[in-house]
Amino acid sequence: MNRLKLIEKLRVPLMIFPAFAIVVVLFGGGMISGLGQSVGYFPVIGLNEFTLDYYAEVLSDPGFLESLWLTFRLAFLSTLFSSILAVLFALVLRHSFRGSRLLTFIYQIPIPIPHLVVATGIVLLVSQSGLLSRGAVNLGLTQTPRDFPVMVFDQPGVAIQLTFLWKEVPFIGIVVLAILKSIGPQYEEIARTLGANSWQRFRYILLPLIMPGILSSSIIVFAFVFANYEIPLLLGVRYPTTLPVMAYRSYQDPDLGLRPQAMAISIILAIVAILLLVAYRRLARYAVKA
Amino acid sequence: MHKINRWIAVIVIVLGVGLPMLPQIIWSFAFRWLFPSLLPTEWSMSSWEYAFSPSSRVVEGFMNSMEIAVFVCFLSILVGLPAARAIAMYDFKGKGFIEWLLMVPIIVPGIVSTLGIHQVFIRLQLTNTFIGVSLVHLIPCIPYMVLVMSSVFANYGTELEDTARTLGASPIRVFFSVTLPGILPGLMVATMFTFLISWGQYITTALIGGGTIVTLPLVLFPFITGINYSNAAAISLIFVAPAILVLILISRQLGQDSAVMGGFGRL
Repeated sequence: MNRLKLIEKLRVPLMIFPAFAIVVVLFGGGMISGLGQSVGYFPVIGLNEFTLDYYAEVLSDPGFLESLWLTFRLAFLSTLFSSILAVLFALVLRHSFRGSRLLTFIYQIPIPIPHLVVATGIVLLVSQSGLLSRGAVNLGLTQTPRDFPVMVFDQPGVAIQLTFLWKEVPFIGIVVLAILKSIGPQYEEIARTLGANSWQRFRYILLPLIMPGILSSSIIVFAFVFANYEIPLLLGVRYPTTLPVMAYRSYQDPDLGLRPQAMAISIILAIVAILLLVAYRRLARYAVKA
Repeated sequence: MHKINRWIAVIVIVLGVGLPMLPQIIWSFAFRWLFPSLLPTEWSMSSWEYAFSPSSRVVEGFMNSMEIAVFVCFLSILVGLPAARAIAMYDFKGKGFIEWLLMVPIIVPGIVSTLGIHQVFIRLQLTNTFIGVSLVHLIPCIPYMVLVMSSVFANYGTELEDTARTLGASPIRVFFSVTLPGILPGLMVATMFTFLISWGQYITTALIGGGTIVTLPLVLFPFITGINYSNAAAISLIFVAPAILVLILISRQLGQDSAVMGGFGRL
């Protein structure tokens, strides 16, 4: 009987432990190692004294603030536009109509497609010699590739935004769609008989119900874009670049003395990401209640 | 009004999804495609031949990516499934903390932990190894596995398991004959997500693999902004093939089963 009780008591800890241990050891270990290097613990090159100099150096670099702003802007705009488009598509796709299942399938296609494949496609589509530029010439809108607006390697980062939009709209959309389908039409019909117009039905009935889904999926999207390395590197300008690219570049520099700076950049990146997402969650919760 | 909205959605979705994929398909068969022709003037299979030749390292990269992704899926299920079940079906002290901890890798940029891990792995001699790369892939995979599976377990009743147990079934038998069939649709979605996260990793593999472990994204990367569009397109299409297969397998669950995607509502 005692043995059974013991097994019963140990059950939950045993179920949790493997996942817990891997996250704590690998992820936590990585964070601590990075944090250590950023405050001057890097014995490989003879550093072992605590200092915040690297943070001071990074924060006083005007290039850093420019990168931080660019990283934030890309993540914010991608998340905002993806969320709005995702809700609009979900509102249409929740109804059954001829071909709606096929259309929903097509809509989901981007979800499993790797970002690098999307980047390849976006380059071939919107670069100055891309398919759209060719179409513009054939329609008589432009004469040469140079007449076509620059969207790859450009300051605003149009190709970067398009890549993320293409990937993230269906991701948020499918979460919202799953919620909308589970709600069913009853609430809206009651509201309709009470005289609510379509905007009111959306604002006061559907939006509060789908908001948790939008919130959590857009948090994933924001965190992902904020942390992404390869897309801004491939499709963006060399300077200013995003914080992940900046951190990795300093890290890969042959001068090992730059490593602590690289780590300081990446730790700041992590702190900013956490603060922004906590603030966003608070704000969105507050907005839903209001 | 409804009709107009529907037509707009049809046009935007079909064109929006199709347009970035279309030029890749055409380019992969193009030999000469001068500006501003809308179609290649000469066609050829040479970029496909190049992609499948040993010199491009595409086949080698494909196999490495596949082995790593399958191994990462196996590990994720092994550690993620029990954790998800515990979170969904038991109340215990510190549950909120555990849930939060398992989700942190989604919020904190992967590059931050990877740069730190790099130093640790150098000391443990795990850099440039299959195991080392698989372990860094595991970090973003576990949270998604737990997220999706805990919402599957939250909607799962244990009555059938209890019945099987009272009838004398062993724990292993209960798992394979009762539990597994019950959670299989959700588990498939979670596994596919895990597979795709590993399949798409670039920077973690580049850093921890150190150029020794060459996966498909590493092969594709320099081609994307290179000058040979045909080769870039062919390699990109090989890279996307398993993803399309995955979508066909799980598209039913994605659209229909709100319990599965509902996992993302718990963050």
